[in-house]
Amino acid sequence: MLRYIIKRVLAIIPTIILVSIFVFMFVRMIPGDPVALVAGPDATIEDKVIIREELGLNKPVLQQYANYIKGVAQGNLGTSLKTKRPVNYEVGLRYMNTVKLTLASLTWSVIAGVLIGVFSGRYRSKWQDYLGMTGAVSGISIPSFWIGFILISIFSVKLKMFPTVGAGTWKHLVLPAFTLGTSIAAIIARFTRSSIIEVLKEDYIRTARAKGLKENLVIWKHVFRNSMISVITVVGLQFGFLLGGSVVVESVFAYPGLGSLLIDSVNYRDYPTIQSLILIFSLHFIVINLIVDLIYATLNPEIQLN
Amino acid sequence: MKKQKVKDEQNDMRTPFAEFVRKFSKQKTAIVALGFIFFLAILAIVSYKIAPYNIDAFDYSAITQLPSSKHLFGTDEFGRDIFSRVICGTRISLLVGLFSVSIGAFCGTILGLLSGYYGGILDSTIMRICDTLFAFPGIILAIGIVAILGPGISNVVIAVAVFSTPTFARLVRSSTLGLKESVFVQAARNIGTSDIGILVRHILPSALPNIIVQYTMTIGTSILTASSLSFLGMGAQAPTPEWGLMLSNGRNYMMSFWHITFFPGVAIFLTVLSFNLLGDGLRDALDPKLND
Repeated sequence: MLRYIIKRVLAIIPTIILVSIFVFMFVRMIPGDPVALVAGPDATIEDKVIIREELGLNKPVLQQYANYIKGVAQGNLGTSLKTKRPVNYEVGLRYMNTVKLTLASLTWSVIAGVLIGVFSGRYRSKWQDYLGMTGAVSGISIPSFWIGFILISIFSVKLKMFPTVGAGTWKHLVLPAFTLGTSIAAIIARFTRSSIIEVLKEDYIRTARAKGLKENLVIWKHVFRNSMISVITVVGLQFGFLLGGSVVVESVFAYPGLGSLLIDSVNYRDYPTIQSLILIFSLHFIVINLIVDLIYATLNPEIQLN
Repeated sequence: MKKQKVKDEQNDMRTPFAEFVRKFSKQKTAIVALGFIFFLAILAIVSYKIAPYNIDAFDYSAITQLPSSKHLFGTDEFGRDIFSRVICGTRISLLVGLFSVSIGAFCGTILGLLSGYYGGILDSTIMRICDTLFAFPGIILAIGIVAILGPGISNVVIAVAVFSTPTFARLVRSSTLGLKESVFVQAARNIGTSDIGILVRHILPSALPNIIVQYTMTIGTSILTASSLSFLGMGAQAPTPEWGLMLSNGRNYMMSFWHITFFPGVAIFLTVLSFNLLGDGLRDALDPKLND
């Protein structure tokens, strides 16, 4: 097991390096001179020379990359062009908001998705199944910003149950988390259903039934537990959609998180912030998938043996 | 008993395509979805001719009107007819979906074929790049690309194409790996068929069913992604009647006028839904494990 963990941890290193190169190249792929962007239209040539040196753009590319990585490793992400404050500071202000939003969304969507999936799989081709799967295919087809609008007009404007925008209390979290989790719940439901149906075909399920176990016990003790092993990997992959989707949802609810910061930065062409945020999102996604893989390995003995 | 045997023999004699048509014709939802997609395609062609109003004509005497017999979906903040704008938006969304996924499928298929067939350094290089692209969660990669290229609908097409390429590359690679060692490919190689001939004439056709299912599913996702990007102000720019952009423009009026954001949202939902349902139907019809 330890060997598997070490192998798996080492395997993400090349991906992280490649991602960091991508993100580093990012600023250099922008058409036009980044210095001109930073300096603004009124800058003199002397200003530009100073800025070029400040940004380290007068050094060879490899050295620039080395400096960039050194900075990132020390937790220095550069300075925001918009606010002139360190990007770390801007990220720090909003980081926990996005963590709360993604965790809240993940929690409800896993519970709802798994329950819908188990019922659909158990009552395959019955009305429960049709209802669950109609809901699920709708869930993956609905634009999240549209759900957000509908929820706001019903629950904030009409019923005045939840605030429209902002963050702070748990009430601010309910509508964004519901919106963000919908498509993930739907994907998990679809996957859980097919996983349940696969496990139901296994011999040990027939044995469990043959020894007279009640159907509920068969489902929850044998089918559910065995099908969850593969559902866990899907949850890990969906985390990417959760992080990406948070950008749209935070924009709908004017929720002060990393996603809305990314949109602001793109609109302002605040490249140091865009670059840092894309790196942060990707690193989180890589690490979460690593954790999910390790959980999967601990639950699935077949992997430990290989 | 005898009847069953005759039926089995008939089943064995069917061509794979006939078998697929037989299975697909049983998928009622998918057929309805396919019909709706045809309807959308026709709408996309004729929309500008049949739209009751000029989509860009401001009418300040009729702003934010609720749906009525004159304006089926009401009017927006400039008095433009939402019904006309929604049906003209069909063309944009379908074209964006079709173009971006076709580019992504084309590049991904070539990369996947080469990667799976030749293996070695080529394979590990291509797969490493795919891993890296996969490490950017969801829409973030597309936002990054648009941030580099600048906003605009054609850049959204590029962003979504890049975003969908690695999925196709992985899918085709794994099919190729399986098919490479199969008897008919070995036989083709033995009679001296060139590598390109083997890839194009033998491996690609066998991998095609999977590609088609993935293609259909990805169109739905990419229409959703593209409209999200337009919603975020990174895609289509005003006054294009793009559905995501219409939703975004209507957000300021959402509190008092539900219809401005409602109808473009329904359009996105139904379009994406029909591609997803068609994809599900195709997958079930092509899945050899699923027998009636």
